[in-house]
Amino acid sequence: MGANDKTGLAGVIGQSVLRKEDARFLTGTGQFTSDVVMPRQTHAYFLRSPHAHATIRSIDLAKAKGSPGIVGIFTAADLTGVNGLPCGWLITGTDGKPMNEPPHPVLAQGKTRYVGDPVAVVIAETIEQAKDAAEQIVVDYDVLPAVVSSVDALKPDAPQLHEQAPGNRCYTWALGDKAAVDAAFAKAAHVTKLDIVNNRLVPNAIEPRAAIASYNRAEDAYTLYVTSQNPHVERLLMTAFVLGLPEHKVRVIAPDVGGGFGSKIYLYPEETALVWASKRLNRPIKWTADRSEAFLADAHGRDHVTHAELALDQNGKFLALSVRTTANMGAYLSTFASCIPTILYATLLAGQYTTPAIWCEVTAAFTNTAPVDAYRGAGRPEATYVVERIVRDAAVELGISQEELRRRNFIREFPYQTPVALSYDIGNYDQTLDGAMEAADVAGFPARKADAKKRGKLRGIGYASYIEACGIAPSNIAGALGARAGLFEAGEVRVHPTGSITVFTGSHSHGQGHETTFAQVVAGRLGVPVENVDVVHGDTGRVPFGMGTYGSRSLSVGGTAIVKAVDKIIAKGKKIAAHLLEAAETDIEFHDGKFVVAGTDRSKTFGEVALAAYVPHNYPLDKLEPGLNENAFYDPTNFTFPAGTHICEVEVDPDTGVVEVASFTACDDFGNIINPMIVEGQVHGGVAQGLGQALLEHCVYDRETGQLLSGSMMDYALPRADDMPPFNVQTKVTPCTHNPLGAKGCGEAGAIGAPAAFMNAVLDALAPLGVKHLDMPASPHRVWSAIRAAHANA
Amino acid sequence: MAVSLAMTVNGKPVSAEVDARTLLVDFLRNHLALTGTHVGCDTAQCGACTVHLDGRAVKSCNVLALQAQNASVVTIEGLIADDGTMHPMQAAFRDCHGLQCGFCTPGMVMSAIDLVNRHPQADEATIRAELEGNLCRCTGYHNIVKAVRQGAAVMGK
Repeated sequence: MGANDKTGLAGVIGQSVLRKEDARFLTGTGQFTSDVVMPRQTHAYFLRSPHAHATIRSIDLAKAKGSPGIVGIFTAADLTGVNGLPCGWLITGTDGKPMNEPPHPVLAQGKTRYVGDPVAVVIAETIEQAKDAAEQIVVDYDVLPAVVSSVDALKPDAPQLHEQAPGNRCYTWALGDKAAVDAAFAKAAHVTKLDIVNNRLVPNAIEPRAAIASYNRAEDAYTLYVTSQNPHVERLLMTAFVLGLPEHKVRVIAPDVGGGFGSKIYLYPEETALVWASKRLNRPIKWTADRSEAFLADAHGRDHVTHAELALDQNGKFLALSVRTTANMGAYLSTFASCIPTILYATLLAGQYTTPAIWCEVTAAFTNTAPVDAYRGAGRPEATYVVERIVRDAAVELGISQEELRRRNFIREFPYQTPVALSYDIGNYDQTLDGAMEAADVAGFPARKADAKKRGKLRGIGYASYIEACGIAPSNIAGALGARAGLFEAGEVRVHPTGSITVFTGSHSHGQGHETTFAQVVAGRLGVPVENVDVVHGDTGRVPFGMGTYGSRSLSVGGTAIVKAVDKIIAKGKKIAAHLLEAAETDIEFHDGKFVVAGTDRSKTFGEVALAAYVPHNYPLDKLEPGLNENAFYDPTNFTFPAGTHICEVEVDPDTGVVEVASFTACDDFGNIINPMIVEGQVHGGVAQGLGQALLEHCVYDRETGQLLSGSMMDYALPRADDMPPFNVQTKVTPCTHNPLGAKGCGEAGAIGAPAAFMNAVLDALAPLGVKHLDMPASPHRVWSAIRAAHANA
Repeated sequence: MAVSLAMTVNGKPVSAEVDARTLLVDFLRNHLALTGTHVGCDTAQCGACTVHLDGRAVKSCNVLALQAQNASVVTIEGLIADDGTMHPMQAAFRDCHGLQCGFCTPGMVMSAIDLVNRHPQADEATIRAELEGNLCRCTGYHNIVKAVRQGAAVMGK
């Protein structure tokens, strides 16, 4: 950042500092939830519904209760006084009514609504005993017809899931000015239409969900270790809404967590049942999901069906965008399910473009499938996919180059108020498009295409110029939009007497490297070595409060809370230094780890001031408290708006339909970057998940029976090393204008841009064969079938 | 049925009475408290449980503890020198940012060492093909491939 650095973060900032957390992960000494062992621990197994939709006539536990090693078996009948799991966002429909919010019981009450719906928890001395006993439980099911697709669920004759949701409708919601959109379409020179499916995904963090709950009778207190991205939110929801426990009697610890990607944000039935049962049995209870169980019972992602129309004038300027989407909620509302296809989706439909009128209507439906909630990107990949696919088609239809049509419509004046509620503070979309085109060597594409042709391959190139909105904020606006929680973050900076520092953050790291990035932020601002700063996260017993990690918010929101706490430390340090140096406080400057009397060589080091605060022999005790420990809460004034262009090249084998990712280039603007190595890693991972969605991954339920067909890693194709290309990652910087770090967020960008860039490349490759449309994933069978169909129609 | 088990784990002899159906991964994690070896799936697809059995990488979720009778097993914990120095492959993963959440990492490192033992001069395509049995959901594999190349170079010296 050099001489113009206004962030006060010189030195270690912007450096690829190696990660502090790696030593433990590389030597097998990390502590994941399933590594935790407690004295007298028992093991839980959840008996799950084998049917997608069924009435429970009776449950016979007699035989199971006599099974060896059984400690307890519980069903919904035992959970008296336990409420259902809450949904954290109230959507108000176009009819002015609140969304339909059917109960989400911890264990199935009278009815099961998806394959995997938990029916009973069996707790035994060993997990094998628990599983053996579960096989002895006799559940008499009356199997009902099931519906798995949102479109089918909204049909008049569809099986009905909930009394509280007539027609399986959760809500119909809209955003934008329909009259303006209709008027624009009426005068349009060209209209591009698109029917598109955003495929359903299973997040598949490699660490399966797990929990271990214990109860201390003497203290009447609980401890829960759980695979969570946000332990404070988990505790708040569980205690206040479900179990009716005082918050201070429940400590939630999310230790090392092996990936989340959204799936570990939510309050799930399993850990809730464990906490409840731990008191009942007065024994610790441990549960670790099998992968098969994770496929059935983790919240899934995406699953949209969309019709979109883009109106353009004769010059290729976008006049209006109209979008209708049907979104699958699954069987019950997961913690943030309702806001994903609405607040985090429709608001992003302006993309990087000046489209003056946008209207989006979303209908959310209940189906006999696992709950659907945020998965990496959460609404924003779905929006980008709609916008960038339709922009691609429009360019093809009008004979304008992909680059040119985008440039004709880029937003170039900031702040920019979109017609879908957001106000972009800053960006430079030409810069990231230029950067991507240069890095991808777009100029050399025709030669590469010709070379591929010689090898019998069809080579295509695809663009996605995406925008995302990160760090959902501010709380008062989110509240007006239906959020039932605040969206700030908390941090504490504790300076120890000898000047070393422990930072407590409400953000949670499950792979993002906060222990390093946040240490760099603090070290940079205080002018102390990174080694002197340790970061603590993921424990309600140690961290003041926290909203956790999701929506690429950790640095821009969590990091800013820490910066605010550091600034309080500096402010107090100046007072202490003024006293020690017998100078006026206003004359004290802080830089390079020293408090200096301006214009002199008189100074006190940060360590000397810290020591004075804790050994206050020479200290202004009449004016100042001893100690050097500060808390801060930060509620952002706006979202941040990372943006960029991704360019993908693919090669298709027309004989087999096999698509290979030939190259992938990302040029992103994340604002200021603290640790480039970590940011690049986040982009790599995001792109891999985006390419995974577009090339391989597909969650499929049987349309008749509601059975999950892609229920294991044998059936659900995750990207492997030989499916992925090397990634070419570039960054450009326009610093965020409204947080002191100038940071925007980088965790989801890859997953947002990659699917559209990839699919546009596949369509470009197949265009000569007459293929006009393809849905994700571009599996060999689908591609081959599309080629055959196009050939037959030719 | 309980059976007597004896093997060498990370250079030290161990013995135990275990249920005959005990998997090697459960023996390592639950009996020996070597929790660096992870379980990420139930179909031998993810490779998080990879250890070395008599010098060869195996998925320890797919091996009965009994199958390791009298064998030598090395886990991620066994790669570190007595003075705490990391194995070159561990160091390469750190230097190249070849890990994020760290859950797949132990299995990935054990597989990487095995692949370099078999293919000391492995090129990128070979590395990617050889790592097919290890899933990582965080890194997109880019930096893992880089780390394996660096680790291989140091191991070859």
